[in-house]
Amino acid sequence: MSDQTLFSIFFSAMVVNNFTLAMFLGLCPFMGVSARVETALRMGLANIFVLVLTSLSAWVLNTYILENAPYLRIISFIIVVASLVQIVEMVVKKIAPVLFRQLGIFLPLMTTNCAIFGLAIFQTNRGYDFLQGMVFAVGAGLGLTLALVLMASIRENSELSDIPAIAKGTGLTLIIAGSLSLAFMGFAGLL
Amino acid sequence: MNGKLPADTLAVAPPGTEPAPQEPLEEKVSTFRLVATLAVAGILAGILIALVNQHTKPIIDAYRAQQLRLAVYEVLPAAATYNTFYLLDGMLSSTLPEGAKESDYKRVYAGYDEAGEPVGVAVSRGESGFQDVILVIFGFDPASNTLSGMKVLESKETPGLGDKIFKDQAWVDQFFDGPQTPLVPVKPGSGKGLPGEIDTITGATISTKAVIAIINNALAEWEPVLEGGIPEEGTQP
Amino acid sequence: MPRITTPSQDLIRGIWDENPVLIQMLGLCPALAVTNTVKNALAMSAATFFVICCSSVLVSSCKRFIPKEVRISSYILVIATFVTLADMMLQAYAPVQHKELGAFIALIVVNCMILGRQEAFSSRHTVFRSLLDAIGTGIGFTIALLMMGGFREILGTGTFFDIPLFGPNFEPWVVFVLPAGGFLTLGFIILAMGYYEERKAERVEQSERTA
Repeated sequence: MSDQTLFSIFFSAMVVNNFTLAMFLGLCPFMGVSARVETALRMGLANIFVLVLTSLSAWVLNTYILENAPYLRIISFIIVVASLVQIVEMVVKKIAPVLFRQLGIFLPLMTTNCAIFGLAIFQTNRGYDFLQGMVFAVGAGLGLTLALVLMASIRENSELSDIPAIAKGTGLTLIIAGSLSLAFMGFAGLL
Repeated sequence: MNGKLPADTLAVAPPGTEPAPQEPLEEKVSTFRLVATLAVAGILAGILIALVNQHTKPIIDAYRAQQLRLAVYEVLPAAATYNTFYLLDGMLSSTLPEGAKESDYKRVYAGYDEAGEPVGVAVSRGESGFQDVILVIFGFDPASNTLSGMKVLESKETPGLGDKIFKDQAWVDQFFDGPQTPLVPVKPGSGKGLPGEIDTITGATISTKAVIAIINNALAEWEPVLEGGIPEEGTQP
Repeated sequence: MPRITTPSQDLIRGIWDENPVLIQMLGLCPALAVTNTVKNALAMSAATFFVICCSSVLVSSCKRFIPKEVRISSYILVIATFVTLADMMLQAYAPVQHKELGAFIALIVVNCMILGRQEAFSSRHTVFRSLLDAIGTGIGFTIALLMMGGFREILGTGTFFDIPLFGPNFEPWVVFVLPAGGFLTLGFIILAMGYYEERKAERVEQSERTA
């Protein structure tokens, strides 16, 4: 149990210590899928869903199973994350095939998405209980979505600008990310 | 060895993709074999990890205990020994109920001098600072309501600014001067000279105020419990 | 058919031409997160090097026993095992470094770079070649991280490996040890590399025209 209030956990995960811009988690989708706002938004929402499920599973694992074998944590977490992503993939394919095609390769790539696995690890290291973990997951997911959407809208706008050829692509994305990260630092101290 | 591979395995699947159910190839691998492979791999992995864990766990535990010891003695300079007391139903107890998980319980470390007299308790607490959680341990003497010391255990505050809470020795020394609780943060130079005043650091106001707030909040939580005084050394509930 | 390469090619290509971080853009999470000091960058590189070499060797030795359908899960299991071992050993023998790196050691398990090498190479080649490939990739990763770490630490705190480089009057460019600095540093490095490539292409074009 951590001494932090629920609000501070939520707010911290969402803006002050934004998962992408401050903790460097979830960078693959951030760099890759973030060229259109709509896709970014949907990717973010899919992430929130998986994050909440992961938080729940991690809490269950930590409380009931990993007590006697903490060293099996990494293995069990990654198995859980991989299975969850697999299940979500199947569900999305069934329910929203258009979305499934739009997200393409990034849905299965969530297995190696640092954010999902990272959430489970951070939650464990900070000793969050069930409610704190849920709030953390929602905050982190919203923060991820926020970062994705911001990056996508900036990229959309910059498509019409005159950018030197060497900067197109990753170089520019990283510099934009750096500026966003600096901007988000302004949220520090709000709590 | 690598001579002829079935054609469809040449496409490099992106990392993380679980291959979709494939059309039957030369031989269909039975589900049993799939599960068995993973199970065997899992068991071997588990054994290997358990073995290494046996070897490293004592080292890790010893280091942790040593770090805790160092921290407690740093914030309770007058202590020669200490006991751990857990918060159980609003009271201090030196043992936990059967099968209880240690990390579920809040605790204090009661320090005793050479003569076995209690000199104070060390309490740790973590709350949000400017950037992330700041974890602080401090020494407190309930008899005189003063602090005997403070140490920042974990901090992610801004380098060059907020990290002065542990880098600025003059600031940290204020907590070793026996300030009266509850602590009152004041801008440097504008204090009235009252015993509980702690100067903040310009440019690191929020971080320094956070440390003071953490200590005050911890005291608000523990003072009612410590009202009855610190248990004698070697007390059993 | 698997690509025909020589052993030395397997070793060398991971170092620069196909550098996992700078060219392939894999493993960015650790590259940005733990490069605020050179010590951390080195510790992370060492841990990752250990994991990728052991994983490649094990996957390559067992490739005949791993059915195609569960290969990704098996690779992940192998990688997770070695990450756990690295985590435990780091915690026991370098506890300060372990605390600095924190959760990012565990995050080695989701480093696309390692899984990618198993899928693309170790599962199809001999143990020796897989080891070479892993070593090459590991060295490339280390170089990238050291570049970032060096840049960030020198400008951000004025030290290199905790050794102060400039006098006491040096005002450190703190932004570089902050998260924003991680992004900016990598961005600048990529821009610099792009510029270099562009100039090289121009020079080649010029010499072709005058030839």
